[in-house]
Amino acid sequence: MAGECSDRLRVPPMSERATRRTIILVPYLWLALFFLVPFAIVAKMSLSQVATAIPPYVPTFGLADGPTGWLAKAREFSLDNYGVIVGDRLYVDAFLASLRIAAIGTAILLVIGYPIAHAMARAPERWRPILVMAVILPFWTSFLIRVYAWIGILKPEGLLNELLLGLGLIGAPLAIANTETAVLIGVVYSYLPFMVLPLYAALERMDRTLLEAAQDLGCPPWKAFWRITVPLSLPGIVAGSFLCFIPITGEVVIPDLLGGSDTLMIGKTLWTEFFSNRDWPVASAVAVLLLVILVGPIMVYQRQQARQMEAGR
Amino acid sequence: MEPPERPSRGAFAPWDEPAARPLVVFEGVTKRFGAETAVSDLTLAIYEREFFALLGPSGCGKSTLMRMLAGFETPSAGRVLLAGQDLAGMPPHVRPVNMMFQSYALFPHMSVEKNIAFGLEMDGRPRDEVGARVAEALRMVKLEGLAGRRPHQLSGGQRQRVALARALVKRPKLLLLDEPLGALDRKLREETQFELMALQERLGLTFIIVTHDQDEAMTMATRIAVMDKGRIAQVGTPPVIYEAPATRHVAGFIGEINLVEGTVSGCDGRRVTVATAVGDLTVADAADSVAVGQAVAVAWRPEKTRIVRAGEAISNGRAVISGTVHDIGYLGGRTTYHVDVTGLRLKAAVANAARSVERPLGTGEAVKLAVAPDALLLLVR
Amino acid sequence: MTSPRSRLLDATALTLGFAFLYLPIVILVIFSFNASQLVTVWGGFSTRWYASIWQNRQLMDAAWMTAQVAAASAAFATVVGTLAALALTRYARFRGRTLFSGLVYAPIVMPEVITGLSLLLLFVSLGIDRGFWTVTVAHATFTCGFVAVVVQSRLVTFDRSLEEAAADLGATPAQVFFRITLPIIAPAVVAGFLLAFTLSLDDLVLASFTTGPGSTTLPMRIYSQVRLGVTPEINAISTLMIAAVTVLVIAASLATKRSASAH
Repeated sequence: MAGECSDRLRVPPMSERATRRTIILVPYLWLALFFLVPFAIVAKMSLSQVATAIPPYVPTFGLADGPTGWLAKAREFSLDNYGVIVGDRLYVDAFLASLRIAAIGTAILLVIGYPIAHAMARAPERWRPILVMAVILPFWTSFLIRVYAWIGILKPEGLLNELLLGLGLIGAPLAIANTETAVLIGVVYSYLPFMVLPLYAALERMDRTLLEAAQDLGCPPWKAFWRITVPLSLPGIVAGSFLCFIPITGEVVIPDLLGGSDTLMIGKTLWTEFFSNRDWPVASAVAVLLLVILVGPIMVYQRQQARQMEAGR
Repeated sequence: MEPPERPSRGAFAPWDEPAARPLVVFEGVTKRFGAETAVSDLTLAIYEREFFALLGPSGCGKSTLMRMLAGFETPSAGRVLLAGQDLAGMPPHVRPVNMMFQSYALFPHMSVEKNIAFGLEMDGRPRDEVGARVAEALRMVKLEGLAGRRPHQLSGGQRQRVALARALVKRPKLLLLDEPLGALDRKLREETQFELMALQERLGLTFIIVTHDQDEAMTMATRIAVMDKGRIAQVGTPPVIYEAPATRHVAGFIGEINLVEGTVSGCDGRRVTVATAVGDLTVADAADSVAVGQAVAVAWRPEKTRIVRAGEAISNGRAVISGTVHDIGYLGGRTTYHVDVTGLRLKAAVANAARSVERPLGTGEAVKLAVAPDALLLLVR
Repeated sequence: MTSPRSRLLDATALTLGFAFLYLPIVILVIFSFNASQLVTVWGGFSTRWYASIWQNRQLMDAAWMTAQVAAASAAFATVVGTLAALALTRYARFRGRTLFSGLVYAPIVMPEVITGLSLLLLFVSLGIDRGFWTVTVAHATFTCGFVAVVVQSRLVTFDRSLEEAAADLGATPAQVFFRITLPIIAPAVVAGFLLAFTLSLDDLVLASFTTGPGSTTLPMRIYSQVRLGVTPEINAISTLMIAAVTVLVIAASLATKRSASAH
């Protein structure tokens, strides 16, 4: 039998290390190059000045400049763009409005999403995959189209007003379109699956006998809900809330299509600076500030996500 | 080629033959996981055609030992030899050893047939041969009708058989079984124990089984290694392990035992007298040499204890201990009495040979326990 | 254990919830068959808007471009995301693991304006011409985190002894991966691919930043039309996209169900 395991068959221990290196390095390098490095470039850009040139900013660094050239050009960097943003009510208001809409939107999502997720988790087991599918399905259809559908519903001569007028519930059309209310409706509609699914995942995992035990110990159902169900679904609440709050803060399409000219959100401002005003440095400074505001929530979300994966082991 | 008949278990004792070459040797093997030492400087030899049991509580290192043999762990120090060849650096897939996993590890996306064929396909065997050998393996474990099923469509016992067939179809010289019967209910487990023994004997293979179940080890094994905290406490045949345990740990781990601490008060060759809390106990045939004044323990099995009413006579030469019955456990085939003796609780087990006892002993009754000197064990470690 | 009252609450929550999710889509689909030019006044059944988008070359070109970008970026994202999931589940310790896990999860929540702007600036400073490949790379970067999460949730429940059993039976590490690990996590990998595919189909912001002339995607076309006003043509193309995605999703869920029931 010793012949069966001759040296020819021995695999060098190197191969495992090589495998490990490949598995880690490929995604690491990809994400570092396309996700991490670009932020440094944004930071650099935010210190530059706008110019009527191609590319539309100064200074531009060339290989030909050499170290001394780079150093001289680096002296042209300034914090002017940040000064502009902080000194202008328009930008400050846009930041505040974004955070407000994201916070209110997330709260509404939680209030609407929790009963849905809770009902899904308690539905008969064979229905659950179908219900999950039903929540995901609208999400697979175009986001832009779903927001667009609300324009037809909310505008003054839209379906909602016609319905309410027809029922005699209102005397004059409601002005919902192009308001912050419309933006909130769009936000809640678009992000509902992102809230429901993490909540459902947390609630579905919960051991049903815990509630029976609580009731057996004299806890009425509504109290058991607050004392047992809600605390146990906290990871889902955190994951769902951050999964909604962070992207809503930087939302562009919803405020643009459903909001009015007075509903300024920072993502939209950045978009306008970049595409309409072609002011790349100011757009970059806005991006840096937005990132600074969101880095805390992003880290909370990321740690929550990592912990959940560890717990799944 | 038929394997030569193995001599009956009574005569099969290659470990006593100096000329016999072991199949598996662990040579001063240590395995550390971080700061924790799972296996500590362990040396062990296992011979061809043995049914060798590694027995111990969870965390004693028995699974680690087996995984080092299969190639899933690398020793931190020492060598593992198979048929004289050092296994260091040889990855699991080239080792001529197969393992049956505790979870069975049946591939969920393959049928029973495909699971069993997997190992042969990995060896690049021709298709006809694979088919024939899979069919033979299915016959061997009596699963002919279930070849097309998926693992989740099988019962626990059937899964266990598939796992066994999959490991055996490669005809390994050495089969490792990690708690192979742990997931089965008791009745099925007992049946399967005998089937495994018959199979091992018929195929002439070497089995190493990891188990925490002492009955399983006692029933099946040619030899048992009792492990404790990464070391081997004792290696021996089941009767040796039971009747002549080497340490307090082994004595307590295998079966029930009465253990009384004391100091040596007299030595006469192998005849040793020990002063204990229950009086002087004389051991007829001590295995270890001791000196007067040494701290030792005296131990004996409950079923080697006679229990009588305080007034009844006891034949001479036995150690006699007086006490009161604390409680009585009736187990059908036998009855266990727990007897309080000066702060100790001793056990006596009596086989219920007759259909009924006229006047059974009651709780609180004064009794005498009697043990023959040759039933007493002297434990130094 | 559930009282009739709580069952009524559950039913209400589900009914209202799903009505909210589906009514706008249903209305959109209905009005795509409206003969009238006015989107809110019913003018009889017609398929004229479907005929008119069929003749809209710009829209058709954009749709084709979008499908190509989605397929290519989902393929990259699946490879990168699956490797990332393997790295995070299999290797408990390596240098920079914390940063790595941050890089994997952050793109999921990062506002797209930030990711889009930063990628554009990267491409500009590297002097890369923007077009098909830059959009593809942007989408793959954005979606690989989603793939990683989906695959990882499958990997954490993966029984490692299956791989050990395969190695024990003589499979080389590569054979173990392709014959045991990959087939078992395949439903998650496929789900990850589909998720990445639809996220890419859907994306407007990243594409707007990283695209170049001649590589306009469908969402960009729709967006520019929508901003000009609501037209029944958009309803028609939306309905087609919804139909395509629905068929795709149902087919995929049937496929994964079959493979899951086989486990």
